[in-house]
Amino acid sequence: MSIPSQIRRYILENFLFTDDETRLRDDASFLEEGIVDSTGVLELVMFVEETFGIEVADEEILPENFDSVERLTRYVEAKLREPVFAGAEAVAVW
Amino acid sequence: MMRLVHHFLEQSAERFPDKVALVCDGRRLTYAEIEEQANRLAHGLRARGLQRGDRVAVWLPNSAEAAVAIFGALKAEGIFVVLNATTPTGKVARILNNCTASALVLPARQSEDARFLQQAVPSLGTVILCGDAPSPAELPGLRWEDVLGAAPPTRPPCRTIDVDLACLIYTSGSTGDPKGVMSTHANVVFATGSIIQYLENTPEDIVINVLPLSFDYGLYQLLMVFRFGGTLVLERSFAYPAAVLRRIEEERVTGLPGVPTLYAMLLQMNLSPFDLSSLRYMTNTAATLPVEHIRRLRARFPWVRFYSMYGLTECKRVCYLPPEELDRRPGSVGIPIPGTEVWIEDESGRRLGPGEVGELVVRGSHVMQGYWNDPEETARRYRPGRYPAERLLYTGDLFYMDEDGFLYFVARKDDIIKTRGEKVAPREVEEVLYRLPGVVEVAVVGVPDEILGQAVKAFIVCGNGVRLTPQDVLRHCRAHLEDFAVPRSVEFRESLPKTPSGKIDRRALLTPSPEGPGEG
Repeated sequence: MSIPSQIRRYILENFLFTDDETRLRDDASFLEEGIVDSTGVLELVMFVEETFGIEVADEEILPENFDSVERLTRYVEAKLREPVFAGAEAVAVW
Repeated sequence: MMRLVHHFLEQSAERFPDKVALVCDGRRLTYAEIEEQANRLAHGLRARGLQRGDRVAVWLPNSAEAAVAIFGALKAEGIFVVLNATTPTGKVARILNNCTASALVLPARQSEDARFLQQAVPSLGTVILCGDAPSPAELPGLRWEDVLGAAPPTRPPCRTIDVDLACLIYTSGSTGDPKGVMSTHANVVFATGSIIQYLENTPEDIVINVLPLSFDYGLYQLLMVFRFGGTLVLERSFAYPAAVLRRIEEERVTGLPGVPTLYAMLLQMNLSPFDLSSLRYMTNTAATLPVEHIRRLRARFPWVRFYSMYGLTECKRVCYLPPEELDRRPGSVGIPIPGTEVWIEDESGRRLGPGEVGELVVRGSHVMQGYWNDPEETARRYRPGRYPAERLLYTGDLFYMDEDGFLYFVARKDDIIKTRGEKVAPREVEEVLYRLPGVVEVAVVGVPDEILGQAVKAFIVCGNGVRLTPQDVLRHCRAHLEDFAVPRSVEFRESLPKTPSGKIDRRALLTPSPEGPGEG
């Protein structure tokens, strides 16, 4: 399943409690539209960490990264492109 | 003289016209600008028939428009009522009918809600819509810009005096029905003055408010800042703690009012990327902060004055712990706020001494007027005092005091749940659950939670052959309850434990069941 579909499914199941795809627009602000409440954001962070194997730094938990399916997809994709640690390339050469 | 709540804005607009009063959504508004917009709104409301003492409902997220609407309603001789942006429309209708609101301000994207409320609330005359609308052609009301644009910027004449009501603040009661606490201008002027005194606020203070303006703790940040002429940084929520911390750094914020959930979130974070040196004080109220969290906050913010406080909407604030006492009495919520007194009584009305647990009773000019249109509930909480017309507030909370008169919260007398700093009446959630087909019996309790303080949990017994999933239950709850009142967990049971008199035994539900938890 693609990254945006996985995110969509998680939001629909865990915050909107439905499988009705029409209930969630990809650009809908989770907070503005009351989809995710303030403690829900932390659940969302745990979800992306576990599902995509990325580590979210506290200072990255911002509306620009997390507040819609679109933004979260962009953020996750960018994180997946990051080298896992600084020496990754050197290791690959070996 | 500052006799009326809107004088806070008017006097600051005279003293500091060009000073930034409000930072919100990337906008910076000066006192003069807010004063002018509030004047325009007041004229607009009066021109459309608003009468002295009429209720003006503000159903907006934290925003500049919400601040303008609050002061505009007062300048129009009205009474403002702020409603939480996450309150479901059905409940908003009940509240608007309870206070027979004449005017409503809400976001234009909620046009459908506006249409529904125009049908459901007969008293509603004026509906004003803020912001962008999906289909501007057929708006079910007036546009905010049009109302303000057509009205003069001058201060309208105002006949209000300080015994008139300034606001109704709706709060959860144990019956589950929302109750509107009536505050006069004199109540608010007194309470804000007392709190500003012990927080030692000056015009140099920059306060960040992440709490909803529908909540008295959030609302009073706006009112107090405008009174002392400071700057308010208004945020939607604290859903993104890093964004809040960045704002504190950018705006050089000096005051952070928080609730235990916010502090629990901060304590889990790496704070090193942020420069928080501008913070002068932090406050906590709404629910008890664990002593361990206080200790850790002290260690991480050694330069900050930390105020542990306690209060309830019915009198705004009861007590505060002077920061210099924090290390000596970390579990205490302190002494009565300046100009007020409290004592502790047993069931027979006898005043108790140090170490004895009883109900906390409050006396002072901050004791509000009771609940709108609810004499029964009012008589239960507000009882006659020493002099005619004086009322005492019976808090319904159990306390004791130490030898020096410092207060310690023990427990609530009722079963209200405090989650994320918000009050949830189990009965309100239970009534919503009973409306779900197939549900036979329910009990809603608060279970301890590291972040939320208490988390709402629902125990449900289904009818024979009924298959409900936790998702079915939660979807139904989301449609009928505020977000914080939606249960965090659902447990299905074959039956619920009963007391000898046949009532559901909540205490037994809070201890783990012998047969182990069900699904969910």
